[in-house]
Amino acid sequence: MSVLELSGVDKKFRGLHALSDVEMSVSEGEIVGVIGPNGAGKTTLFNVICGALKPDAGSVHFDGSDVTGRKPEKIARRGMVRTFQLMRPFASMTVAENVSLAAQHHTRGPERLRERAMEVVERVGLTEWAHRRATELPTAGLKRLELARALAARPRVLLLDEVLAGLLPAEREPVLDLLAELRQQDGTTLVFIEHIMAAVMRLSDRVLVMDQGAVLATGTPDEVTADPRVIDAYLGEEPTPHADA
Amino acid sequence: MTDTAVESRPPTRPAGPAAPPLRPQNRQFAVLAVLVLLAVPLPLILPPAQGAVAVRILIFLIMAVGWNIMSGFGGMFSFGHAAYFGLGAYTSAYLLVEHGVSPWVGMAAGMVVAAAVAMVIGYFSFRYDLKGAYFALATFAFAEMLRLITTSSDAVNGAVGYQVPLIQGSSVGQLQFPAGSPAYFWIALVLAGGAVALSILFRHSAAGRYVVAIRDDELAAASVGAPVMRHKLLTVALSGAITAVAGAFYTQYYLFIDPQLAFGSSVSIEAIVTAVIGGIGTIWGPVVGAVIVGSLSDVTATLLATPPEFLSFLQGRSGLDVILYAVMLILIVRLMPKGIFGTLAEKVAERRRR
Repeated sequence: MSVLELSGVDKKFRGLHALSDVEMSVSEGEIVGVIGPNGAGKTTLFNVICGALKPDAGSVHFDGSDVTGRKPEKIARRGMVRTFQLMRPFASMTVAENVSLAAQHHTRGPERLRERAMEVVERVGLTEWAHRRATELPTAGLKRLELARALAARPRVLLLDEVLAGLLPAEREPVLDLLAELRQQDGTTLVFIEHIMAAVMRLSDRVLVMDQGAVLATGTPDEVTADPRVIDAYLGEEPTPHADA
Repeated sequence: MTDTAVESRPPTRPAGPAAPPLRPQNRQFAVLAVLVLLAVPLPLILPPAQGAVAVRILIFLIMAVGWNIMSGFGGMFSFGHAAYFGLGAYTSAYLLVEHGVSPWVGMAAGMVVAAAVAMVIGYFSFRYDLKGAYFALATFAFAEMLRLITTSSDAVNGAVGYQVPLIQGSSVGQLQFPAGSPAYFWIALVLAGGAVALSILFRHSAAGRYVVAIRDDELAAASVGAPVMRHKLLTVALSGAITAVAGAFYTQYYLFIDPQLAFGSSVSIEAIVTAVIGGIGTIWGPVVGAVIVGSLSDVTATLLATPPEFLSFLQGRSGLDVILYAVMLILIVRLMPKGIFGTLAEKVAERRRR
C-alpha cells in the first residue's frame, strides 16, 4: 500500500516550469532513489512534498490523507521528515541539542529527551562530538548531523537530499549501511536524491528519473539504467558526484 | 535500540572527554538568587541619589530582558519596544487615574494589553514575512503610531499625559511610598528578578528551545516539527508583557507619564542599547547592560545639570545620554559584537575547552 502518493504536481517559478505533472507513488518500506541532472527539480520535489513550497496544482497524500500545502511542521510531526542538501544546523546549539530538538515533539521529560538524542547521535557515529557546537563539525559530520536530526524526529518516511555528497568514499559506507538498516529494523520508507550511481544501484528498490521538472522514467535500477531516454538525458554524461542546483 | 551500525569514526580530531551537560538553568537560578540577595541591602547603604540610580537600573533591566526575549532569543529585531513599555504605562495610569484601579491590577492589565498588541503586530509581520530591517521598521512604525494616537486623544489626556494622584503615607496596594523610600527599590528588585527568572525558565523550556532553533534556521526547525508561528507569537507576547511591567512601574515611580516618555523612540533605544551592550541573546547580558547604561544615564544627567567648568556649554542641554549610547553601541558592535557578557562568556568557554 502506498504511503506517499503524488498526483499531477505542478510548480512554476516565474517562467521556469520546475515541476510539471509529477506522479509518484511510494510503498510502505520501499527505498526509492531519485536521480536526474542538475536543475531537474529533485529538490523542488522534496520542498513540495514536505510543505516548504506549495504546489500550483496537484496533490500530495501521505498515509492516506491529503497534506498538500500543509505547513512543514505539521507534515514532519505526522512522520514525513527530510534532510537538506546544504546542511542547515542550528548554529547556536551543540550537536546533541540539535538532535534533541527534533525529538522534542514526541518525547516527554528532559532525561528521556537526552537519552533519545544520545541514542541517535551514537547511531550516526557522532558521540564524541555530541557536546561540541554543531558549527565546529566538518562537512562529513554536518551530513551525519542532518541525518541524525531527521532520524530523531521519528520518520516513517525519510526524504534524503544528497546525504552522500561531499563524503569520501570511505565515509559513504557506514551511511549506506545505516540507511539499509533503517528499513530493515525500523521499517522506514526512504526516498533519496543522489548523484552517486553506485549508491543508487545498491540501495534502491525503484528509481525515479527526473528531467526538466518531469518524471522521465521509473523502474528498477536495472530497467532505468537500460532505458535509452535516461541514458540520453542523464547517464550519458559521466555520472559524477556534483552539487545540485 | 540497535547496535551502532555506523562505526564511530569522527571525521577529524575528536573532542576531549565529553562533559555531561549540567542543567544550566539550575546554575542560572542560583546566580540570580545570589545577585538578588546581594542587592537587597543596597537602598539602605547607598546615598539617596544613588538609590534612585539603582531603581533606574532595575527599570532598564526589565525593559532589556523583555527586548532580549524577542530580539535576542527569538532573533526578531524590535525597534519599537516603546510600544509595550508605553502600553504598560498608559494602561495602568489610565485605570488608576480614571477608574481608581490599583496599579498592580493596572500592571497586570498592561501586560495583557501589551501581549495582545505584540501578537497582532507579530501576526501580520510574520504572515507577510517581514524580516530583518523591515520587521524592525514595522515595529518602529507601530510604536510611533501609538505615540501619535495618545498625543492626539483627549480620552487619555492628549499630550499632557497623566499625573499619578498622590496619597498620604505608604501603600503597597497603591504602589506608592514617600520619595526615597527603599520600598521602590525592593519592589523593582522583585519585578526585575521575576523577569530574569522568567527569561531563564523560558530559555530552557521546550518552547524556548524551539524559539532559538527557529531563530537559527526557520525552515530547518519547521522540518523537524517546530510549530513556527505559534512560537513566534508566544515569544513576542512574553516579551511585550515583561516590557509592560517596566512601563507600569516607571509611571508609579516617577508619578508621571506622557506620550513622549511612554512611546518615544528613546525608550526603544534604551531597551536595545542595554541588551546589546550587555550581550544579546544571553541571560545575563541585560543585567550587565542595565548596570552600565543605567549608571551612565545618571552620569550624563548630572553632567548636564551641573557641568564642570570646562564643559560649561553643556549646561541645561539635553540628549547627551543618547549621544553616549550611540557611541557605546558603535564601539560594542565593532569590538565586542556579542556584547560585554556574551563576549566574555565565549572567551571563558573557549579556554575551558582547550
